[in-house]
Amino acid sequence: MKRYSVFAIAREALRYHQGWEKAWRAPAPKPAYDAIIIGAGGHGLATAYYLGKNYGITNVAILEKGWLGGGNTGRNTTIIRSNYLQDPSAAIYNKALSLYEDLSQDLNYNVMFSPRGLLMLAQTHHEVRGYLRTVHANNLQGVKTEWIGPEKVKELVPIINIDGPRYPVLGALYQARGGTARHDAVAWGYARACSAMGMDIIQQCEVTGVRSENGQVTGVETTKGFIGTRKLGIVVAGHSGQVADMAGFRLPVESLALQALVSEPIKPCMDVVVMANTVHGYMSQSDKGEMVIGGGTDGFNNFTQRGSFHHIEETLRALVETFPMISRLKMLRQWGGIVDMTGDRSPIISKTPLGNCFINCGWGTGGFKAIPGSGWAMAELMAKGEPGPLAAEFNMWRFREGQFIDESVAAGVAH
Amino acid sequence: MSTRLAKGGRLIDRTAPCEFTFNGKRLKGFGGDTLAAALLANDQMLVGRSFKYHRPRGIVASGAEEPNALVNMGQGGRFEPNQRTTTTELFDGLTCTSQNHWPSLELDVGVVNNYASRFLPAGFYYKTFIHPRFAWKHIFEPVVRQSAGLGQVPKDRDADRYEQAYAFCDILVVGGGIAGIQAALTAAKAGKRVWLVEQTAHWGGRAPVDGIEIEGQPAEVWVKNAVQALESMENVTLRSRCMAAGSYDHGYVLCDEKVADHTPGDGRPRHRLWRLRAGQIIAATGAIERPLSFAGNDIPGVMLAAAVRDYLINWAVAPGDRTVIVTNNDDAYRTAIALKEAGLEVPVVLDARASVTGELPAKARAMGIRVEAGKAIAKVKGGKRVTGVAICAQVGQGSVLEEIACDAVAMSGGWSPVVHLWSHCGGKLRWDEAQAQFAPDKARPPLNHDGAALVVTAGAASGALSAADVLLDATDAAGGGMAPVATAPQEAAMEPVWIMPQGAPVDLRMKMWLDYQNDVKVSDVQLAAREGYTSVEHTKRYTTLGMATDQGKLSNINGLAVLADSLSAPVPQVGTTTFRPPYTPVTIGALAGEARGEIFQPLRTTPIHAWHLSQNAYMEPVGLWQRPYCYPRAGETHEQAVHREVKNTRTNVGLLDASTLGKIIVKGPDAGKFLDMLYTNVMSNLPVGKCRYGLMCNEQGFLSDDGVVARIDEDTWLCHTTSGGSDRIHAWMEDWLQCEWWDWQVYTANVTEQYAQIAVVGPNARKVLEKLGGMDVSKETLPFMQWADGTLGGFNARVYRISFSGELSYEIAVPASEGRAFWDALLAAGAEFGMMPYGTEGLHVLRAEKGFIMIGDETDGTVIPQDLNLGWAISKKKADYLGKRGQERPYLANPDRWKLVGLETLDGSVIPDGSYAPAPGFNANGQRNTQGRVTSTYFSPTLGKGIAMGLVKGGLTRLGETIEMTKLDGSTMQVKIVDPVFYDKEGEKQNV
Amino acid sequence: MLILECPYCGVKAEETELSPGGEAHLKRFGPGSTGEEFEAYMFARKNPKGVHFERWRHAYGCGKWFLAARCTATLEVFGTYSAQTTEPPAEIVEKIKAKRPDWKGTK
Repeated sequence: MKRYSVFAIAREALRYHQGWEKAWRAPAPKPAYDAIIIGAGGHGLATAYYLGKNYGITNVAILEKGWLGGGNTGRNTTIIRSNYLQDPSAAIYNKALSLYEDLSQDLNYNVMFSPRGLLMLAQTHHEVRGYLRTVHANNLQGVKTEWIGPEKVKELVPIINIDGPRYPVLGALYQARGGTARHDAVAWGYARACSAMGMDIIQQCEVTGVRSENGQVTGVETTKGFIGTRKLGIVVAGHSGQVADMAGFRLPVESLALQALVSEPIKPCMDVVVMANTVHGYMSQSDKGEMVIGGGTDGFNNFTQRGSFHHIEETLRALVETFPMISRLKMLRQWGGIVDMTGDRSPIISKTPLGNCFINCGWGTGGFKAIPGSGWAMAELMAKGEPGPLAAEFNMWRFREGQFIDESVAAGVAH
Repeated sequence: MSTRLAKGGRLIDRTAPCEFTFNGKRLKGFGGDTLAAALLANDQMLVGRSFKYHRPRGIVASGAEEPNALVNMGQGGRFEPNQRTTTTELFDGLTCTSQNHWPSLELDVGVVNNYASRFLPAGFYYKTFIHPRFAWKHIFEPVVRQSAGLGQVPKDRDADRYEQAYAFCDILVVGGGIAGIQAALTAAKAGKRVWLVEQTAHWGGRAPVDGIEIEGQPAEVWVKNAVQALESMENVTLRSRCMAAGSYDHGYVLCDEKVADHTPGDGRPRHRLWRLRAGQIIAATGAIERPLSFAGNDIPGVMLAAAVRDYLINWAVAPGDRTVIVTNNDDAYRTAIALKEAGLEVPVVLDARASVTGELPAKARAMGIRVEAGKAIAKVKGGKRVTGVAICAQVGQGSVLEEIACDAVAMSGGWSPVVHLWSHCGGKLRWDEAQAQFAPDKARPPLNHDGAALVVTAGAASGALSAADVLLDATDAAGGGMAPVATAPQEAAMEPVWIMPQGAPVDLRMKMWLDYQNDVKVSDVQLAAREGYTSVEHTKRYTTLGMATDQGKLSNINGLAVLADSLSAPVPQVGTTTFRPPYTPVTIGALAGEARGEIFQPLRTTPIHAWHLSQNAYMEPVGLWQRPYCYPRAGETHEQAVHREVKNTRTNVGLLDASTLGKIIVKGPDAGKFLDMLYTNVMSNLPVGKCRYGLMCNEQGFLSDDGVVARIDEDTWLCHTTSGGSDRIHAWMEDWLQCEWWDWQVYTANVTEQYAQIAVVGPNARKVLEKLGGMDVSKETLPFMQWADGTLGGFNARVYRISFSGELSYEIAVPASEGRAFWDALLAAGAEFGMMPYGTEGLHVLRAEKGFIMIGDETDGTVIPQDLNLGWAISKKKADYLGKRGQERPYLANPDRWKLVGLETLDGSVIPDGSYAPAPGFNANGQRNTQGRVTSTYFSPTLGKGIAMGLVKGGLTRLGETIEMTKLDGSTMQVKIVDPVFYDKEGEKQNV
Repeated sequence: MLILECPYCGVKAEETELSPGGEAHLKRFGPGSTGEEFEAYMFARKNPKGVHFERWRHAYGCGKWFLAARCTATLEVFGTYSAQTTEPPAEIVEKIKAKRPDWKGTK
């Protein structure tokens, strides 16, 4: 792999950029691999990368039915944070955040991780108590967050209206280390690094069946033929249930549409990321200048990558109240993705009823921020055959035991 | 020179002059002008700077596809960035400024990016700015952010309002050109309810500009008559200035009607957002002309050929005196002919096709226009405006044959159907080799709720380009019938030309712009392909092709053809990127609509709300309700007010507006059986006239709601729920009754809003009611946990002897319409007994002093009743209740769960909200172990010290132990585990 | 933006009038059921990319719960029917079979 640098660009500029090599190869599948990962999204590629980097397993294929990074990795609002309440969540998201901080250097690919700070607004007294609880919990988890008052919120976000008639801003949970990254670059950076380690990323290759013998996985049927493997990782957010079905087990997961939108680009006006959970909306400004806005999920199963428009309206109403100046901006583009929702809205990184078949799914609306940590934990699970501490509590049997990892408790219910 | 001609201009009103300013310059135009037309009429060729290289940008198009001519428009509360001048109607007093430059449009230092453009190819930022780690956030990114972005940031609150409306129709026709009009006529004559929307202010589309004749008349006349006919039909609604932004599933279409954009401040809503439900959508959305890719095709003065024609015929504006035409099709000759007829010079038509045979070229030749077949532009000369072109052969590498001076270039690379509405809900496209375009594949339409086609296309949107075909297709799309006959010259086949000349070397390809706004060139797409970003989505995202505010209306097809060429793949194999709404950007204010300020969400208020406001109560949101948090008096802080209210309630009497409390009637022969399933304890054996506290869990076993149940009569119970829970619990009840136990005879009614409920609380409570007079409220007649109907002060009232404060307490329900009068009567009667209202925070403190749990504080969706020492409220006798099986799961049955305790600091201070109790050691992830947390913590004015409840491992078995709890600053404090009932442990006060 | 016809009041209800309620025809498992049964009842929801049976409530209308047969891949609605039934009506099943020959049935 030729290293990227300003010098490489200068050298290539002189020959009209004719000498750049492919960021990743486009190989035909080999008959068998030591490990196969289904799904070349961020989580799948990160899993492969850490399998190679941490465990030296590089005879790996990553199979992608469409184009790499084309699922939720390429259609989210790019928020990165680790201010989670529950210990298992805080651990894996904080691992992810730590890895994000060095990811550009690690991958030699600028993923534009930008720790611009992240605010979660408290707009009811109940929410104030919930976020204070999170700050206390985060302190014990080694996650640096703080509680800030409304004046400090206004200072960080001059365009915000803290005196709305319905839900004035009472303060915020602030994570200075939170921020955003360029979502496509995360997938591309991992893909390039995986390819450079000799792994095969095979796009336009849909898995149609999972083959097993004596309860152990032996390979996958694909649109490019059978490919053998002794270890299989399923990392296919949105279609986890479909692939699990091929592997012969059912997942506690439903597929729902989640929507987002961007405004037309304007000059910089908001440095931090703002989330407003009471009124259901969050917003950040991309480096291009677009206001990137996330909305809620539909409540019904949907595989169309299109959501229901009233969610967009509700989100925008809330955000016009919170940021009155956006009223005269224009919505440029809206889109949807399919997210996995589990019974407790937390992910699954787990062994499965099928031997040597592992699953990573259920990231709901929060998958992008977890990518490096998720890949790290999944690689450990696949390499060792048993989960490490990061993945242990995210096993798929926790629902039967009643051991929920429920992040919605910080929001709680109205009294 | 770009100038206004002395004659012509079918859309302008020369009797209505308008004055406007651009970058402070005072300019003149006419009513009917677009801002772009008026700018061109004033020779304003340079209108902006591009996104990345800050290259000079001029007007390219005449409609929604314009990528360049975006301005900051208006001032103050009517300021709007990125306003597209080609779709902005001019009005007197319009002010605008150009975007994305510093210090000025003419002299922009950002243009250094242009000189360095060779070092800034597509994706360069992924390859650099990597080291050192902090540099991206602190050095590079701020520079990137500042030079990116386009328009300025609005500063003020929007001065305009926006309206939203619903409408329904059988057929929605989108596009008011001849195809749309014909489709609407056809459908309307068949008796359908028809809506016809057109994004511009004018009907007829391109046909009048292109000189089409329909039924022997000029298109303009046919359009006028047809629109009149439609207007006269009762089943037809026409809306101009109304853009169909997106089609959504099941025929939902969002249409943005620009009511008053051209008459700002006239009092009308600025936009009206229509949410249309259409049985079927006919997309008669026309086609968009494609640019050609030649070096320098972005220099101001290079325009689409049809746009040049539009400016000439619609607005009598000539973008140049000498216009070179470059084309691969016959349609562009219309522009040559129109220019010539207007007395302007057309030095040459460069036609990339080797043989030029059509009727239009013949006519052009006959007019004396020089036509060069097989020729191309090697390079456009000029900087901030066109000064000439260098001509070469289309085949070959661009050796210059001749240079021709000119001040405008009109280009046409063929047409692309506007398929957005077709594609939004999944309609598929087919590649039409003959026209080199993606057109709707009618065999694979988007599907409606019944599986039928949701969208059909009509006219140019289907790929029909001749007027005759357009009208036939439109008639078919609307159900068939007789199509009017259109006459227009026969056009010869176009030939796809993706780069010009065909063998252009890289230095030319680096000057061929695909995406003008985002500065994506042919060489960038080729670089992306070379680097393996070969999926069309990868190419788009890597180069930003088509991601600008025009969403690639001009650039997408050219870009993916270049990509296909780079991959040696056929165009259809490369495919397109996904079309997403909206078609053109929609103002966010219009999407938010009228729900602003206090009513941006539904607002629920109690019958006593106005009184609370009159007392300057500090209100807090509780769900959609607004409730008084406290009633601060002059000079009081909220905290002081709460303390006063609590003390007064404990010593005299307090008054609480509890109307938000959920009230659900459950009635029927099986109501008792039903409630026994719903609540963890037994409700069926509750005697008539009595009240009982109950808990509801979800099927998982987690505590979901609580409240007092009253038995009204033999088959009627009234269930009180939390304020936030009434709708949820009512829906929950109906869920079980309708979907699981549908044979049980039970009815429910949510009567929360039918009653005002007022709590009279405190030692003097009885005296107040006795003063009002009426029913007997004595201890003997109405003891604790009973209820009675009667009158109080002449009001029909239902009085519950229940207490959430530990005091003598009556909760009194009266009809909502009498709530305010009853409240006033209580205030009057209570005056001599020291009565004061108290708010929700006082309520919280009072209940916490008594160790009563609060749903949402002690519970968070993961807490079971057993955790809260509420085992007494869980029936051991019942075989089943909702949540029972869930509570048997190992993790919920684990004796080590955290349980409710009281907590007190050693020094009487208040434990911080949210505090956790660390335990020794760290878990496998290096996180500090924990053994509990605080759930409610207050200063008790009654006891003069901090009190708290919390969940702690071991619960009350650890009574008297001291544990550490966290403070916000990371330090800890010593906290003692105590009984959670801090006040009146024996419960004597409520039972007097 | 779905439209579903409420089988009780006959209104063609738009999605904003409706509350979704998840998979239809669930069998409740209460006390006495095994861990597997209870887990399956609570969490192992069907999530087909295709024909799906689900619960809806006409929440801002007549208030009734009803059931719908819908394709999650195209959002085509095959029919709506009473919530007071343990399996979809035969006519809806026939309609689905006609439109989706590959459909494997309700199991």
